[in-house]
Amino acid sequence: MRESTNALEKLPTGIEGFDHITMGGLPKGRTCLVVGSSGSGKTILGMEFIYRGITNFGRKAICVSMEERIPDLVRNVQRMGWPLEDLVANGSLRFIDASPDPIPLETAGNYDLSGLLIRIEHLVEQTGAELLVLDSIGSLFDQFHDSSVVRNEIFRIIDALRNMGITSMVTAERLDEYGRISRHGVEEFVSDTVIILRNVLKEEKCRRTIQVLKMRGDIHYKGEYPFTINAPIGISILPLSARELKQSSSTTRISFGNQTLDTMSGGGLFRDSIFLVSGPTGGGKTLLATTFAAEGCRRGEKVLLLAYEESHAQLLRNAQSWGLDFQKWEEDGLLRVICQYPESMGLEDHLLLIQREIESFRPRRLIMDSVSAMERVAQVRFFREFVIGLTSFAKQEEVCSLFTSTTPKLSGGDSITEAHISTITDAILLLRYVEINGILRRGVAIIKMRGSQHDKQIREFTIDNNGLHIGKPFANVQNIILGIPTASPPSEEEQLETMFQE
Amino acid sequence: MAGHGRYLLKLYIAGYTSRSARSIKNLRRVCDEVMAGMYEIAVIDILDQPQLAEDEKILATPTLVKVLPPPMRRIIGDLSDREKVLSGLDILPFEVPFSQE
Repeated sequence: MRESTNALEKLPTGIEGFDHITMGGLPKGRTCLVVGSSGSGKTILGMEFIYRGITNFGRKAICVSMEERIPDLVRNVQRMGWPLEDLVANGSLRFIDASPDPIPLETAGNYDLSGLLIRIEHLVEQTGAELLVLDSIGSLFDQFHDSSVVRNEIFRIIDALRNMGITSMVTAERLDEYGRISRHGVEEFVSDTVIILRNVLKEEKCRRTIQVLKMRGDIHYKGEYPFTINAPIGISILPLSARELKQSSSTTRISFGNQTLDTMSGGGLFRDSIFLVSGPTGGGKTLLATTFAAEGCRRGEKVLLLAYEESHAQLLRNAQSWGLDFQKWEEDGLLRVICQYPESMGLEDHLLLIQREIESFRPRRLIMDSVSAMERVAQVRFFREFVIGLTSFAKQEEVCSLFTSTTPKLSGGDSITEAHISTITDAILLLRYVEINGILRRGVAIIKMRGSQHDKQIREFTIDNNGLHIGKPFANVQNIILGIPTASPPSEEEQLETMFQE
Repeated sequence: MAGHGRYLLKLYIAGYTSRSARSIKNLRRVCDEVMAGMYEIAVIDILDQPQLAEDEKILATPTLVKVLPPPMRRIIGDLSDREKVLSGLDILPFEVPFSQE
């Protein structure tokens, strides 16, 4: 008996979004019942559970197939791009074929399903598997007609799984999308966790959703979450939080850390606003973010800095070169710097981590440098979900957030990040390279400032040892924002001035 | 019985429970009645040999597998239902009195 006593111990599954809605994965050593109508994705969820468990976490797994024959199952999963044969070959996956036998079966007297139970127990013992999938348990009712026997045997099997301490997923069919939990009332036996998959036709479109109905002794996100099935990602659950746009708006302004910028924005940023700084690489985004962070620390506000492109040491050194002592602020507990590769985990994990940090550190300012780095690690729509989740959380907590976004081209232009988050942000500042007479200069402009007036001009932006400086508006240049600066003919007066400068 | 030849039967049981014992007794009785001297029974306890249960894909116990003569047949249960055992073995009850040589 290896029963887990800690109800909170969860086993991450590695399935996109699943660990988020279950708040960490499946309860370790317990059985999770997955119910859904035919074609709702039960088998895929089960197979992904073991596939990710093996490939992401190095666990061993057993798959008990009660409907499909093993070769068919392997072939179907192959379409997802998951080579199960390889896992079988290296010993990390074993199958138990409990699919209906083509040979006619005669029943002559009393029986039980000890054969199946013994095979499962034997294989778990032999392989030391940690994960098990049983797909689907309801098939036993079709194979064996004495339903009281089958119910009793299902109870024994589930009980045995729990006693072995194996984390398992048992699937069962249901007839209606919104009705009895499962066709044969199997949920009575699996009381730990119940997950419902749905495939509902809505407005001529199939919409797949997943819902964690219960998770005994633990918390989880409630409600139906849409998910998609794509090869080779498998199941991707969109972590749409239950948050709404009901945050109160603050009228308190806070400083950028640069007087000209404060003036340009009509008096600084609103305390609960989301501020996007967009610019090409080397355009001064990180400096702007650093300035923004330093201003917070100088005022004694807590600042959380999330860096996805630079290491901790690099950040400190850069700040140092502008005369900012980040290290001291860190020691004072005013600044918290978290450096991570976007690839280190999934977006949901990043989101969870950031939320946890905000909750525990309670910063007044949040800097994410850069949010576009996150684009790399997920699909566009999940990136959008991530941004929505993050911004709504930041707003709720009244954290003034600065996100930087790197534009793909030097001259600016659109980026996926901006297309997806510009509507969510309250203020947008563009940094752009401006080529004038063969010299590269930097321009800065505020193009959006929700609830406030702002300067509409494009100003020159320079960087020196003291940090950033914002100068006069560019004259005689057009289309900077569009990325194709063109000189407009200067007036005769201006021409005369420049003639004598040299 | 030229077309039938010898019977090779395998009985899979899960431990020596009373149900297992009953199935062995019932099987012997039926066999002695209808195929005396022409049958061979192998009793396999899958608790001892779980791999054999895996090979034969046994789910229910007891399971009787008729290996020979073909076609292969499976009967589950304690074999207390004599009619079902006979039909499961492809032996029609009315054939019994006439099938002896």
